[in-house]
Amino acid sequence: MSTGHRFVSTDRRVREDRRFVAGKGRFVADIDLPNTKHVALVTCPHPAARIKNIDKTTALKMPGVHYILDGAELAAATLPLMTGLDTPNVPRRPLAFEVARYSGEWVAAVIADTRAQAEDAAEEITVDYQPLAFVLDAEQALEKGSALVHEAHGSNVLLDKTFVWGEVDKDFAASPRRLSLRVKWGRSSTVPIETFGVVATWDPWREILDVYASIQMPRFSDQIGAALKIPNTSVRVHYDVDVGGSYGVKRGIKHTVLCGYLTRRLGFPVRLIEDRLENMRGGDAHGPERLFDVEVAFDDTGVVRSMKMRALENLGAYAGRSPFQLGKPVGAIVGPYKIRSVQYRAIAVVTNKTTQDAVRGFGQGPTNLALERCMDEVANVLGLDPLEVRRRNLIRHEEFPYLIPSGTTYDSGDYHTVIDKVLADTGYDWLKSERDRLRGQGKLAGIGMAACLEPSGGNATFEALLNPKITTSTFMDSCRINVDGAGAITATMHTTSSGQGHETLVGTVIGEVLQLDPDTVRVTRPDSLNSLPSGTPVGSRMAIMLGGAAFHAAQKLKAKLAAIGAHDLGIPVERAVYEHGNVHDRQSPSSGRSWADLVNIAHRNYHRMPEGFEPGLAVEHVYQVPTGGTLPTPDGRVHMYPCFSFEFHLLLLSIDPDLGRPEIVRYRLGHDCGTQINPKIVRGMTMGGIAHGIGAALFEEFAYNDEGQLIAQTFMDYLLPSSHEVPPIDIIDHETPSPYTVLGQKGSGESGYLGAPAALANAVNDAIRPLGISVNTLPIKMSALGDLIADAGSRGPE
Amino acid sequence: MKAAPFEYCRVANIEEACAMLAADEDARVIAGGQTLVPMMAMRLARPTRLIDINHIAALSYIRADGEAVSIGATTRQCMVERDALVKARLPLLARAVPFIGHTATRARGTVGGSLANADPAAELSLVAVTLDARLSYRVNGRTETVAARDFDIGPMTTSLPNGAILTAVHFPVWAGKTGVGFHEVSARRSDFAFVSAAAQVELSDDGECKRIAIGIGAATATPLRLKSAEQRLKGDALDGAKIKAAITEALSDIDPLADLHASANYRRRVAASLASRAVADARAHALGKSIHAH
Amino acid sequence: MHIKLIVNGIEHALDIEPRTTLLDCLRDNLDLKGAHAGCEHGVCGACTVLFDGVAVRSCLMFAPQAEGTPITTIEGVTPGPGELSPVQDAFCETHGMQCGYCTPAMILVAHALLADNPDPTREDIVDAISGNICRCTGYAQIVEAIALAAERMRGANRPSERQK
Repeated sequence: MSTGHRFVSTDRRVREDRRFVAGKGRFVADIDLPNTKHVALVTCPHPAARIKNIDKTTALKMPGVHYILDGAELAAATLPLMTGLDTPNVPRRPLAFEVARYSGEWVAAVIADTRAQAEDAAEEITVDYQPLAFVLDAEQALEKGSALVHEAHGSNVLLDKTFVWGEVDKDFAASPRRLSLRVKWGRSSTVPIETFGVVATWDPWREILDVYASIQMPRFSDQIGAALKIPNTSVRVHYDVDVGGSYGVKRGIKHTVLCGYLTRRLGFPVRLIEDRLENMRGGDAHGPERLFDVEVAFDDTGVVRSMKMRALENLGAYAGRSPFQLGKPVGAIVGPYKIRSVQYRAIAVVTNKTTQDAVRGFGQGPTNLALERCMDEVANVLGLDPLEVRRRNLIRHEEFPYLIPSGTTYDSGDYHTVIDKVLADTGYDWLKSERDRLRGQGKLAGIGMAACLEPSGGNATFEALLNPKITTSTFMDSCRINVDGAGAITATMHTTSSGQGHETLVGTVIGEVLQLDPDTVRVTRPDSLNSLPSGTPVGSRMAIMLGGAAFHAAQKLKAKLAAIGAHDLGIPVERAVYEHGNVHDRQSPSSGRSWADLVNIAHRNYHRMPEGFEPGLAVEHVYQVPTGGTLPTPDGRVHMYPCFSFEFHLLLLSIDPDLGRPEIVRYRLGHDCGTQINPKIVRGMTMGGIAHGIGAALFEEFAYNDEGQLIAQTFMDYLLPSSHEVPPIDIIDHETPSPYTVLGQKGSGESGYLGAPAALANAVNDAIRPLGISVNTLPIKMSALGDLIADAGSRGPE
Repeated sequence: MKAAPFEYCRVANIEEACAMLAADEDARVIAGGQTLVPMMAMRLARPTRLIDINHIAALSYIRADGEAVSIGATTRQCMVERDALVKARLPLLARAVPFIGHTATRARGTVGGSLANADPAAELSLVAVTLDARLSYRVNGRTETVAARDFDIGPMTTSLPNGAILTAVHFPVWAGKTGVGFHEVSARRSDFAFVSAAAQVELSDDGECKRIAIGIGAATATPLRLKSAEQRLKGDALDGAKIKAAITEALSDIDPLADLHASANYRRRVAASLASRAVADARAHALGKSIHAH
Repeated sequence: MHIKLIVNGIEHALDIEPRTTLLDCLRDNLDLKGAHAGCEHGVCGACTVLFDGVAVRSCLMFAPQAEGTPITTIEGVTPGPGELSPVQDAFCETHGMQCGYCTPAMILVAHALLADNPDPTREDIVDAISGNICRCTGYAQIVEAIALAAERMRGANRPSERQK
């Protein structure tokens, strides 16, 4: 698979693994600072309530208790947390202020010598609540007369924006066929096994707040500084904390502001590690809960010409960046298809549910579900094969770069070849005959497929798209390389990681450019005060952006070495050839300078350096999204992402008709993310993404009862796929390089998750369609499916 | 999720355990802890004292006892899983134990702990009711026994009196041409069952049903026997539609549980499916044929 | 209360509240950070340790209950500073992890499985790890790691029959 690289795309070990297999990772709960005190939270039991009084008297007298903080004190001393939309009347704070807006919201914090003591005291705090009217359903929240989650905002709508790209009405009028579909993506999330945690300690002498956190969050220091009203130069986030999984959700800003305030107030390190109940109910790490109403206009051959999509998002009680998850999909709104015009209406409402945060894919997964269900239904209505319908709609290889109606240009792709490769591995006819065989055995059986894009490396212009007050078009990353006086190479990266193997990525890229063994490149993570800018690992961007930064920094280093060598050899720089760390004269190869020579000149022989050169061998590169950044046009068109990876899911599902239990019989994925810098990492990411997708499609739901209580608040009720639930999966790779990235790489951090739920939903529908029923709500739970099948059976054959 | 404070003591014999329990009405015994500890972590259970009975050797055994097999209350589930006597004499129990939780929880969880917990979905409770097991407990210096059907009286509720400690369960052994079937369904392989079904049959030499027991678990507040179906199926060849009909009839007036995971209709309907499969498996097993995997 | 725990072959005298779980005791009192808290209610398995060689959830045991039984943590299967056991090395070879949080538990489960069953089928491996949740890998590369470890360990030098 390698495209002639020495290290890139080869089968290299991931260097981070060494510490993890020995249990020597450095997770936030592993950090022991002397004199640390522990936080436990008091949570509101009501979905909405006015906080009348908090009685701390008994609790304050309990063993080990140092302090009890309430929302009023915190609100007086800090600013509300940053939000994404322009919604000043919907403030968000770490502790509820005057009104609590969801069951589980944090109302007070107890600080004690041990976590157990803090929990003991938390139980003794009596809060006098006045329950208020509440609303849980997004459509209800839209209705006049609905309970208002934030009175001052006047409605429950935080966003209602309609975009029209192309001649939608004309295209609909000109199309012989149309169909409408309602699709629901249920509330789930990526739920890492490590909960969010933070240790914060304030040094009043240096005026620095040290923050150790299990964090994956852009502009983290900015938000801490802003809320605490201290300069960013007083916030030092330690990026060398290992994060135990995040997949988007570890935003932790309210936890950090809470602890940051407490350590400044109380004078000792303060530690909050969410327990699982705090995490599930009040960690604000829920994912999208989105209702789609889609209408497509198509012809008799199944070619879809135009689409109208309304996406209604149930944000929960507050909003940070989460509403932007309605904006990101704009960058791939037509999926991999040549749909000519689109009307897109994005509505975000608040309800009295737990707050959401960013989840893997940032809204792309739900959007792909809606698109792919439509594709299957188009095929169904026409009596055509769903694979053939997709083939007719997919953008062709020779049509790239391809401009979609919403203003983004897809870089490259060869979707038809990826599909052909999957089918060469697993014959479509064979799959159909297997399906028939299972049906003959009395099972329900279905083939499911999904063709989806993974936008990667973007410039976050979805922010400006949904909030015109934001003018961000920069989303950079950076790398610094220093070769020291002994010739040892150290590179720095400027963010945390949660298992993506970024240290390995950086070492590999630098090693590739410098033609030196990547294992000789030390990669470190300085803290935020010692770092260059980084957009952090979001939106499948790091291979592109950190890889790009490391590449360019290494190129600068290589150029400097060549120039030093040329100068010392007395030749023009064009004749200098850099090879494996050494520089020689192209016309006289035996005439050269070794790595050691070059290092010596740079560090110790200034008299041999070229004119005007800085001594030493320190370089850095700050890298912008390779296709730049421009703001949206007035009609909402913008180029959002430089690169688009492609995935084609094909699976065979068998359902026991009595039990309603689905079993994945065969799963194939065709995956094209351009050049794979480390194939082991890419494969692992994709497998993990599919597992997340299986969870979202079949098992996971943050279910609420009518009283506004989260009833899936432990792992006994929120069901995470175990090894039994993830079948063997074969991934068939293809590489269509991106023309815009340094090595042709595209992102793959969200792969698998973006298409698996759609493919599974399509498989279930293919299986139950002969009964005349369909299912368009995730998760597809066994009991609901079983009941649906039984009801259809009792109605008799259609 | 740290438990509320408690005192801990370890006892060497059952009398000591009973005495400590009697001395403090908020004391509780702990054996495997696989259910109690999570409840304590969530502060749903807050005993003031934990009496650790794991080291009472006299409570950990599996032995033949006349026409029954007796299992001590603190016997680990994994021991039952591996035991040759259980495989030979209590095939239904042997078939059911691997469904209990995960390997790691069966390593610690005990037979008595599961039975005393009386979760409607507990496999051991279902097998005990299906086989008309008897449970022994120690209270006030005496050993009493109670029939399994009278032991579970509601979800997580047993007829165990205050201060009593379960000491053993006695499973009757069936002679003759016996076969068993056990099925359960859950969202994930090792979850609490939504519905489970256990069946044991004894066939005559002519292949007719001489004796049959059918139990349903997880569908109702306590495990239940399908007595009317058992009556109807006596003497039957057990190879036709009569099985499903008898079972469906027996389930028609039950009051199934409904929750986040499964509706009442689902439980009622799937109980019939699983019970039929269990009976079919039991028949095949008794005839010496192989059984389809669940 | 005063208790004695035998951890990785060493006996430790400790003074802890009875309500301290074995997990918290290992992490906070013995500074063995390899066992991790994922749920504290016995479902995720990230807290797994070996209890007399058997994989158990350390969050489901109070520390006093663990007296008298040898406990092995990930630190105990690591041969030495900077050294990896065959199982640990196999996990590195197949990249059977990403964030590393569930990894010590998976490795201990693998050790327990392979001690009992040196030639496990794929189904045996899947079943053995089914009580441990991983959110990163989708399990594929973990299963491959354990299969690889089994293969390597089966081929390892053993004393000849004659010498026994």
